[in-house]
Amino acid sequence: MPRLINLHPNRGGAVVLAALPFLLLIFAYLLGSNARLAANPDDKLLPAFSTIASTMHTYAFEEDKRSGEVLLWLDTWASLQRILIALGISAAIGLAVGLAIGAIPYVRALAAPFVAAVSMIPPLAILPVLFIVLGLGEVAKIVLIVIGVAPVITRDVALRASELPTEQLIKAQTLGASSWLLSSRVILPQLWPRLIDAVRLQLGCAWLFLIAAEAIASTEGLGYRIFLVRRYLAMDVILPYVVWITLLAFLMDWLLRVARRRWFPWAEVAR
Amino acid sequence: MAAVTVKRLWKEYGPQVVLENLNLEIAHGEFVTIVGASGCGKTTFLRLLLGVEKPTRGELLLDGKPVPAEPGPERGIVFQRYSLFPHLTVTENLLLGLEFAGSRFLGRLFGARRRVATEKANQLLDSIGLYAARDKYPSQLSGGMQQRLSIAQSVICEPRILLLDEPFGALDPGITADMHEIILRLWALNRMTIFMITHDLKESFQLGTRLLVFDKRRHDPQAPEAYGATVTYDLPLKGRDILPVGQASA
Repeated sequence: MPRLINLHPNRGGAVVLAALPFLLLIFAYLLGSNARLAANPDDKLLPAFSTIASTMHTYAFEEDKRSGEVLLWLDTWASLQRILIALGISAAIGLAVGLAIGAIPYVRALAAPFVAAVSMIPPLAILPVLFIVLGLGEVAKIVLIVIGVAPVITRDVALRASELPTEQLIKAQTLGASSWLLSSRVILPQLWPRLIDAVRLQLGCAWLFLIAAEAIASTEGLGYRIFLVRRYLAMDVILPYVVWITLLAFLMDWLLRVARRRWFPWAEVAR
Repeated sequence: MAAVTVKRLWKEYGPQVVLENLNLEIAHGEFVTIVGASGCGKTTFLRLLLGVEKPTRGELLLDGKPVPAEPGPERGIVFQRYSLFPHLTVTENLLLGLEFAGSRFLGRLFGARRRVATEKANQLLDSIGLYAARDKYPSQLSGGMQQRLSIAQSVICEPRILLLDEPFGALDPGITADMHEIILRLWALNRMTIFMITHDLKESFQLGTRLLVFDKRRHDPQAPEAYGATVTYDLPLKGRDILPVGQASA
């Protein structure tokens, strides 16, 4: 009998195993939902799939009577816009500051402790400050995500830059590289894959901050909707919205992974 | 004038003496091989030549002038590992030095200048047997191929001095003969002065025109750091000429 650690599932087996927890969860939900609805047909906690489907049909394909908008797409577009802008800004800051910290000792001495300290600020604790200073508009929400995400990305990128072997940097100097060329042609290109990884790992945090900001002050957005319908115990909206957010986050993660493999093939073979 | 002049050079780290009273004159075009036990300051000597360490006392002169305080294109280096750029293909690795020299801001060559540089790189790749692998990334190459590329990468910049820190130390013994042939050919072709650290005595005799042995003359068992190493044997190796660059030293 081989050891358990040496047994590997084949391709089909892996797919079945991966699907299993999802199927179990759905099955458990169905059991619970059926039992509750049998006891009380008006139960709102675990709505039947048919109820969820009809509610979502309304949200995704019919215009809202009051606003004249199709709510699911309105919310999705608003949230995606915020999170993409915020992640773009965070990645740009992370790359620029991380590169400078990693490449230039004087900048490291100046900025590394500060970035480390800022990254320890719980972003939600300063959310009120942001709302007071920046108002309740889009800027405060985007800044919240940037404050939460950018310092971590910066530290990760700087860490990667400092991990580059000294031999490489000395070699580049003997090939005639100035500080600028060393940064732009040797260090920077090697930071891109790590930047993508850092953004991927921060996706969860970014969504967390987005939903928190939307829950408090917004007029549309996925997080706003969830907290709005909470008052009516509308689980038939909340649950599919959560699944939808998860799917969007998963998709972003997947796209970044594909981009990394496509654009930086050398980083794959290096593993 | 000598390519490298060392006068009463000392290197100390606090109380630890690494090199003591080093005196050398190295002519242009010499192939200097350096051997010695671990921790005898061989690599420190190379780092001094490279400019990443400063002598504590004494003088270290290149062509009569003090060694610049940082690495530069007149002194090439090949380390045992990690001296290639993993994000560039073989050709791009080789072109890098030419692009640095030819484009101070972008570090990239375009058009006709790029074609000329690529032509030069391809010839060199062909001569070291890497032409077929020109589009691969370094991590896809064997250890021997990586070191050949690393040597070529330095040589293409035409340094006056090439420093080799155990370049073949991590390679299979079977392929070192090829490597020796390549390094001798590039040395003859480019008329540079080479300093090469090796652990392989046979290699040091085969390749060098001059052999330096680093060792400690004195040893205090109670204070092993009190005395540093120096050159205990300085052997001109007969049977090998420094012909290709003999004229340069005149």
